[in-house]
Amino acid sequence: MKNISRKTLLSAFGILFLIALTYAGCNQSKTSLSGNEAEQVYVAPGTYDEFYLFTSGGFSGQMGVYGLPSGRHFKTISVFAQNPETGYGYSEETKAMLNTTYGFIPWDDSHHPEFSMTDGVPDGRFIFINGNNTPRVAKIDLKEFETTEIIEIPNSAGNHASPFVTENTEYIIASTRFSIPIPQSDVSISSYKENFKGTISFIKLDPKTEKMNLEFQIIVPGFNYDLAHAGKGPSHDWAFFTSYNSEQANSLLEINASKNDKDFVAAVNWKKAEQYLKEGKAKTYDAEYYRNYVDHKTQIAVSEKNNQVKVLDPKDCPGMMYYLPTPKSPHGVDVDPTGEYIVAGGKLASVIPVHSFTKMMKAIEEKQFDGEIAGIPILKYDAVVAGEVKDPGLGPLHTEFDDNGYAYTSAFISSEIVKWKIGTWEVVDRIPTYYSIGHLCIPGGDSKKPYGKYVIALNKITKDRYLPTGPELTQSAQLIDITGEKMKLLLDFPTVGEPHYAQAIPSDLIMKNSVKFYKIEENGNPYAVKGEKDSRVERKGNEVHIYMSAMRSHFSPDNIEGVKVGDVVYFHVTNLEQDWDVPHGFAIKGMNNSELLIMPGATRTIKWEPKKVGVYPFYCSDFCSALHQEMQGYVRVSPSNSNVPLAFSLGN
Amino acid sequence: MDQQNKLTLQKLLFAFIITISMTFISCGDNAPQDPSKFSNTKKVVNASGLSDFELENGIGPIKQKIELTTIDPVLVKKGQGIFETKCAACHKLDERYVGPAQRDVFKRRSPEYILNFMLNPEENYKRHPEAKKLLGEYLTQMPNQNLTIDEAKAMLDYFRKIADEK
Repeated sequence: MKNISRKTLLSAFGILFLIALTYAGCNQSKTSLSGNEAEQVYVAPGTYDEFYLFTSGGFSGQMGVYGLPSGRHFKTISVFAQNPETGYGYSEETKAMLNTTYGFIPWDDSHHPEFSMTDGVPDGRFIFINGNNTPRVAKIDLKEFETTEIIEIPNSAGNHASPFVTENTEYIIASTRFSIPIPQSDVSISSYKENFKGTISFIKLDPKTEKMNLEFQIIVPGFNYDLAHAGKGPSHDWAFFTSYNSEQANSLLEINASKNDKDFVAAVNWKKAEQYLKEGKAKTYDAEYYRNYVDHKTQIAVSEKNNQVKVLDPKDCPGMMYYLPTPKSPHGVDVDPTGEYIVAGGKLASVIPVHSFTKMMKAIEEKQFDGEIAGIPILKYDAVVAGEVKDPGLGPLHTEFDDNGYAYTSAFISSEIVKWKIGTWEVVDRIPTYYSIGHLCIPGGDSKKPYGKYVIALNKITKDRYLPTGPELTQSAQLIDITGEKMKLLLDFPTVGEPHYAQAIPSDLIMKNSVKFYKIEENGNPYAVKGEKDSRVERKGNEVHIYMSAMRSHFSPDNIEGVKVGDVVYFHVTNLEQDWDVPHGFAIKGMNNSELLIMPGATRTIKWEPKKVGVYPFYCSDFCSALHQEMQGYVRVSPSNSNVPLAFSLGN
Repeated sequence: MDQQNKLTLQKLLFAFIITISMTFISCGDNAPQDPSKFSNTKKVVNASGLSDFELENGIGPIKQKIELTTIDPVLVKKGQGIFETKCAACHKLDERYVGPAQRDVFKRRSPEYILNFMLNPEENYKRHPEAKKLLGEYLTQMPNQNLTIDEAKAMLDYFRKIADEK
């Protein structure tokens, strides 16, 4: 009897335990727990993360997509770098995305993802990211998670303070980290102070066509413009940029650009700039730049070359731009959710200065100026500063906000996140990060509506956080719970490419719009085949066009003869599938190119120049079905002088 | 512990199990949904677990007999276009290819079966004895081409038309 009851009791406990687990699984996707850290980041198999996180690809030139709180990696979006995994930048349909006035460039350095906004809140339509090295801004469509437009920025070098968007994505703003001669010219580097200038660019997003257009630039003194954020609410009309190197040094900047006690936050009234543009105050500069975009109908990237840009000079445009003195070599500039406070991370400063938008407007009205530079009035520091956060950690860089009136600043040198209260400027909590944090991200943390549940530390140094992989280590992000009084470290997760900024958004804003496949009847690619009966091979001189279809589990045609050494062969492969997650791959032996990865309903083209006589197998490189190993074919390549007739077949 | 207590514990256990089931059900609301699942669980009468209707007419969104009107030439044309784009890579009309010849499909299957099979192939392959037999013979599964019900009905008129042509 006793034994039975013990068993029964044990079963009861077992069941209680199961219930606890089940509830934990449920709670995970709802509100935060005060339980253990593992439960807070556990996303049960088959269930979804609460947030999408988009991270800069850094020197990979791409963008990473992760889930929060799990830290699981979902996708790498190809942006500024060729990607042989998908054929991006290799296929004939995508190559043009990487065209610039310097020719085709297979790489860049991407730093700052920024969501499109409606009324100051991320709307889940687009995410933008900068190319830092060869100045460009890319637009990624979040229906497809694909790059659909890249605009080059002329009169720019080191497109670092970019891309930050205004409250309703009226403009995407960008500015020069490196000043250069504008227009470019052959001058002595030591003539920096005389000849070098910076620019701030305003890219307009057409609300209807969603095209990016370089509307105007503002030419500014040759400082280094580092980061930016647009205003919101009361400061809607303004955008703010940090600058350093107000010393205008051109060598050994680590010493020579760190001399002044204060550099500047530049405040630009873009509404006023628009007005001056309308009044014809802009000068037209000759400036070549590309805009590459995916044609909606054909799904083929097209390059458009532009030759001129409108440039405003603050000298001609009173009231358009002011300098706010800011200690010392400020890096990040962040605007709080109310739009009132402008926080600058002075990386060499001992305090975090917070400027007040209200005080700034009053100081402008009362002309509380402390001189001017190149027609740009310098406002008095005491007249604009709202407060200083004391003891903010060493090397404060960036600030994000929660929805409870707190700000979180990353401190690079002391490797910590410092939480402080807006208004009292007092530090209320701090947490170490591992190691050397750069940017940080709170979902919606630079918008009017932060989702103050987590802060993600984007660390520059990894060292001993993971299993060692030789000298090169993965990048180290950390997830921190900010729902309680004390911040709590939950999870380390690796990211690809150097982490700069990242942005996160509730997943339901994006997943409901996600495209599952392309409708074959809407495929406007001129090389598409709309059904197997259209598949064929055509010769035009030494060009051979193979119009091929792919369907589980065969290509049509799969036997091709009559190709000759010296021919330029184009495989135009249409995936006839109409089902989610059934791409087909395509590769042929010896091709000096990447594979193709063709999404269902899409057409992709790869170029092949066979150099040797023989019979070449091709196959599907993405496992597609039980008979995937059967999905193959042959191309016969004959000598250049042969008379083998062009022939193609399937199933004979 | 006496019999009374044991019974109480058993009742408690039962209550726990009910609670767990309910918890799982409420959890299920948050879990990803598979929109292709249309199973009709009513009237289970045979070994395969399918209803008589499902056995004859397949598993899918068509849950009752449909009324066939005269063949609509507009739909026939639409259906033919869809067939050529989305199906002809694997089906010919008069010979076995990757999949079965299609000219006589209307004679072999009920209209509802044809619709359900086009609209919900995955579940039919998993659960329907006829579809399982087909897989055994042809060794490859027909992919879901994500037709709308209207598109599938247009294809049905195309199949009706070609069935009479030879």
